[in-house]
Amino acid sequence: MDVLYFAWVRERIGIPREQVETSAATVADLVAELRLREERYELAFSDLTALRVAVDQKLTDFDAPLDGVREIAFFPPMTGG
Amino acid sequence: MRVVVQEQPFDIGAETTNFAAGHKDMGAIVTFTGIVRDLPGDPLQAMEIEHYPGMTEAALTEIAQTAIDRWKLGDALVIHRYGRLVPGEMIMMVATASKHRKNAFEAAEYLMDYLKSRAPFWKREITDAGESWVASKAEDEDALTRW
Repeated sequence: MDVLYFAWVRERIGIPREQVETSAATVADLVAELRLREERYELAFSDLTALRVAVDQKLTDFDAPLDGVREIAFFPPMTGG
Repeated sequence: MRVVVQEQPFDIGAETTNFAAGHKDMGAIVTFTGIVRDLPGDPLQAMEIEHYPGMTEAALTEIAQTAIDRWKLGDALVIHRYGRLVPGEMIMMVATASKHRKNAFEAAEYLMDYLKSRAPFWKREITDAGESWVASKAEDEDALTRW
């Protein structure tokens, strides 16, 4: 699936998007896998309360299932308006 | 309903005139415009706005449709810019049309509250002292509870 990063999450990880092969069942499982990769991921995901997640462009939470999902995005709380 | 996400400036006069045209059964039009505000003590050089193409349009459309249904609006308009803006520039505008003013005002406030924390935009301030992401405010999240 495509994994997208925005704002300081993008800066910490160093890329705006990547393709990830995973069998993770939920968003939280995917986050656990990513954190084990490299320190930059561990840094970006160290405090999940500071992060929001969208699955297929819909805001959701970290226990959302990933079955059939094409795109997942991680970002800080939004500051529009 | 019209939702626009664009980098270039918009003309608030032309947008408001276009929005108001053709709504003979609507007695009230409310517009709100957000402006890039300079920072006291640490002058703002620019504000950079990042967004999530695709999701941004979908989220704004859903928020606007909810407002139309709930306040029985004749129409709603949301324009939000992204990219690099300087103090004094218009960031965004909303407009609502309804039979009477109360619904138009309330719906505009609802749109603003949801745009602040449910539309995927992120602001970055660039000042003489450096650059930083604007943190979300607890009061913006709290504002949603009244709806």
